[in-house]
Amino acid sequence: MTTKLNLDPALVRQVRELARQAAEPVVHLARTHTTVSVERAVLRLAGLGGADEDGMPWVNRLTDAIRETTGLEHGVALPAWDAMATGNYPDLRTLAQQAAGGQVKFRVPGGEDAAAARRAAARSVGKGLARIDQQRAARSALLRDIGDPPKPWIYLIVATGDIYEDIPQAQAAAREGADIIAVIRSTGQSLLDYVPEGATREGYAGTYATQENFRLMRAALDDVSRELGRYVRLTNYASGLCMPEIAALAGLERLDMMLNDCMYGIIFRDINPIRTFIDQRFSRQVHARAGIIINTGEDNYLTTADAVDAAHTVVVSQLLNEYFGLEAGLEDWQLGLGHAFEINPEVPDSFLLELAHALLIRELFPDAPLKYMPPTKHMTGNVFAGYLLDAFFNLCGVMTDQSILLIGMMTEGIHTPFLSDRDLALENVRYVRRAAGRLGESFRPEPDGFVARRARQVLGESAGLLERIKADGLLAAIGEGTFGVTRRPPGGGRGLDGVIERADGYWNPAIDMLEGAR
Amino acid sequence: MNVVRPYGDTTGDGRVQLSFTLPVPFGTETERAVAEGAALQLAAKMGLDPAMVVHAKGMGPSFTFFIVYGRVSHVVDLSAVTVASREFPVLSAAEVNMRIRSALGRELVVVGATIGTDAHTVGIDAILNVKGHAGEKGLEYYREIRVVNMGSQILVPDLVERARAEDADAVLVSQVVTQRDAHLSNTREMAAAFRSTFGQARPLLVAGGPRFDPSAAGELGVDRIFGRGTTPREVASYLAHALAPEKPV
Repeated sequence: MTTKLNLDPALVRQVRELARQAAEPVVHLARTHTTVSVERAVLRLAGLGGADEDGMPWVNRLTDAIRETTGLEHGVALPAWDAMATGNYPDLRTLAQQAAGGQVKFRVPGGEDAAAARRAAARSVGKGLARIDQQRAARSALLRDIGDPPKPWIYLIVATGDIYEDIPQAQAAAREGADIIAVIRSTGQSLLDYVPEGATREGYAGTYATQENFRLMRAALDDVSRELGRYVRLTNYASGLCMPEIAALAGLERLDMMLNDCMYGIIFRDINPIRTFIDQRFSRQVHARAGIIINTGEDNYLTTADAVDAAHTVVVSQLLNEYFGLEAGLEDWQLGLGHAFEINPEVPDSFLLELAHALLIRELFPDAPLKYMPPTKHMTGNVFAGYLLDAFFNLCGVMTDQSILLIGMMTEGIHTPFLSDRDLALENVRYVRRAAGRLGESFRPEPDGFVARRARQVLGESAGLLERIKADGLLAAIGEGTFGVTRRPPGGGRGLDGVIERADGYWNPAIDMLEGAR
Repeated sequence: MNVVRPYGDTTGDGRVQLSFTLPVPFGTETERAVAEGAALQLAAKMGLDPAMVVHAKGMGPSFTFFIVYGRVSHVVDLSAVTVASREFPVLSAAEVNMRIRSALGRELVVVGATIGTDAHTVGIDAILNVKGHAGEKGLEYYREIRVVNMGSQILVPDLVERARAEDADAVLVSQVVTQRDAHLSNTREMAAAFRSTFGQARPLLVAGGPRFDPSAAGELGVDRIFGRGTTPREVASYLAHALAPEKPV
């Protein structure tokens, strides 16, 4: 590692080791429990789609039916594929329909029946994983044939609520220079315990994440990628109560990046911590297989806490996200760790502090595609001052070699961006890249100057906080409001009733194959 | 009459600047001339005379962005300005926290829920979750407010019981579904239950939802109603106003 900050390599090793020790008990929880959404994801990988006339997906109906009879302690696969064989059902959809009507007797099979159910389940789920593998290979081929844009990748958001409006907007954004399109989800989707079905045209401040919406948008971006001669990546959100299922759908439909944070849902959406950590591990195993880059959400802490005082909580969360990610099978190039330019511009030396934080994170995670978020908290109605602040954000981004730049809008916090806001924002980043794109290679902070000292201070504070988390336990630390100022006790929040402790004979074909592949 | 005009660099010059986009192409020389003419026509209709297009730029094949300077022909009559009144000032989070600390000397307890069969938590979560709404953090973010979010489909007796157990200062209910005026009957039922259980010492009752008429609070038996587009800060400011009044200096 070449360092501009004189970081102490022993301290860097120490913070990683502390993060591992703090995270391990939580990984153990995830290995010994399952959730309704993990089980539904297994059925989705086996090809069960569609919904009943009320819009409730068949994966929910079937999982609920099994839960009511045999329970989910053994997983959904053994009872489901055993019932398929004994009832001679032609497909999972028919089984789900019959089960929803109370027509199916489920049991946890033993002996040769169990072996037969395992073989059949593994065959079905294997087909889903094979499709994910094909999609990953297709992405590689497109990147090779069409072209992979140079970093930093320019990340732009669309969010109309109507997938058929999103598509032309996304294509226009790509033509204007976006390398990554993120489709913001409808407000509140993270709290739905099912994934809506089909193409959707109504949403609150965003568009529902559905398999069909994923497919439509990816196809539209493939068209515009060919037109532009660079592969335009598609991003959505594997978060909330259906994180594992959405991860599976993303893999099946070749999404390229997914927002997937280890603690975001807990802190900002009051989703139960245990539910989140279990769902997160499975979703990351799927992302690992699919070659998807995850984006973590540390930037959000800085929208609630002070960006100077809480700088070390960002680093601590990144180290935890890194450990959880690598443990689930992700590689460094898939860890889009997040952070943000959110220091109050009235603070003296605010730009130097931003440089110190951004450079520290770059040096701590040299191979991660870091995602850098623009100012939001200190964007006022003064769009002229906001435009200047965004330019400084862009400058800090290119000076510290950030990988993914979310483009700041001068009208942040006023309204959803006008067409012209987006155009001006791209003009801003283009100017900074053209004028100062190579400044990073010439920029070396004084070894004992303000920037390097500040970076080392934040690293030291991170070690201190990790020591405390290791001693108290990560769940207790979250319960005490360590991250993003909100207290989230392990017994609170939504979705705990969907957590099930695994029995001795628990079996999950997807986890078997995802872990076996490593 | 007290009349003013915009000020550029000289009293009374009436100079303003504005920017906008028109869905017209900016490619060929003819297209450019038409686009600028269109921008000037809009400026004239907006009362700018004379007006000057200082910047025009094509955005994609079919849009053009303009920056225009001009002299506005309108005048402002200060004596005719009306100011919408609200019974409370909108405060910052720090101000709300300070008011609660000095007036109550403890956390202000808020219990929130969506009642009846309504499964929509969008509204209550937008106001309560840290995530918040419209760029504003929810009530959970306020250091001096303790939030108990019960979620959706909560029965009125359970809400009353929880409010008692938590010693709630305020109860927030959200109602999105309005079939057969369910939002109104649910709210009346809730208010009656709190009246009969707590009498005069009931917590502050606040109802919210996109279809409520904010002036119907008295009729429904609650203290305040918030309608469409309400932000968490407005609710927090109202709670401070109603429950943590500023002490006379």
